[in-house]
Amino acid sequence: MDHNNIKACIVRVGGTNCDAETKRSFEELNVKAEVLHLNEIVKSNNLLEFDILVFPGGFSFGDYVRAGAILAKSFSAKLNRRLKDFVEEGKPILGICNGFQVLVEAGLLPAFDGISKYPEAALATNLPIGFRCRWVYLKHENLGNCVFTKKIPKGKVLRMPIAHAEGRFMFPKDNEGSCLEKLVDNDQLVFRYCDEQGRGTGGKYPYNPNGSYYSIAGICNPEGTVFGLMPHPERAFYGWQLPDWTRGEKPSEFGDGRLIFESVVEHVASKI
Amino acid sequence: MNSAFTVFMRYVARVEVGLKPGHSDPEGETTRDSLVEMNYAVESVKVSKVYEILVEASSLEEAKKMVDEMCRRLLANPVKDNYKISIEESR
Repeated sequence: MDHNNIKACIVRVGGTNCDAETKRSFEELNVKAEVLHLNEIVKSNNLLEFDILVFPGGFSFGDYVRAGAILAKSFSAKLNRRLKDFVEEGKPILGICNGFQVLVEAGLLPAFDGISKYPEAALATNLPIGFRCRWVYLKHENLGNCVFTKKIPKGKVLRMPIAHAEGRFMFPKDNEGSCLEKLVDNDQLVFRYCDEQGRGTGGKYPYNPNGSYYSIAGICNPEGTVFGLMPHPERAFYGWQLPDWTRGEKPSEFGDGRLIFESVVEHVASKI
Repeated sequence: MNSAFTVFMRYVARVEVGLKPGHSDPEGETTRDSLVEMNYAVESVKVSKVYEILVEASSLEEAKKMVDEMCRRLLANPVKDNYKISIEESR
């Protein structure tokens, strides 16, 4: 289908990565995608011309202070009103890996009561410690609220790669139970780490690769339009990106990551 | 009120950001293990970050307020971090 009237903006600053893969994923679906430096967006004052905003992976601003913190505050400080308008208009925002950390630090996720002034969750240092770069299994837990996973049936097991050192999702320890309850009740829980059969990890390594609370790998806001995840869907878009693509008789044409891009593009197309 | 007569002073703040008690500190644990391997009788290591911040403000109170706000907005994530501020006039 032709989606040439849909425009995606991929934010670039020093230290972001996989912006090219993300651009290519959108372009494969005939979406016009641009990689723009934060300062270019500020200068041309054109954020609201885009239909989809993406914070890609990487180590924005060297991960100084905390992973994602500086880009979160810098983006909010420079484009505060525009960013709020973007969210309030229900335009989708995707945060991949470092982008997920940015969305949490910016108060855009989980955003239980709208965009929060201070973070309501954290992505802490992996447990066990270390930068982990490998493939993981994810179980889709969303019941249909998240616009980025509408094409994925609940319970489906997906395979995507991770590459991070700070991905341990956590809520404030003194009320993590009630936060989780809210997350589930609002249908904000999207992906949990699992084993290849889709069974729970019991919180244990290696299937839970970073010690995340409740094995959480990705969440969305209550409206389902802002979505962040630690795994990289743009690195699992084509069949030839999969680790075993040469082993089967007929390699699959696409990977599971494509479903996320297809879902959001179809959602936006239905709105225009 | 900022009148023409407001005198701004320089203050230097030392901000220490560390994990709240009860939170696992994988960096501290790894450092402890290394020190133990080096035959030091180390029980535990906790890692913090220190920021030295030079600010201008009209009073010590205002400077304290400003730095506290900086901590809550950027330097610490209240979900997992504690912070300590010590502040004095810069000489």
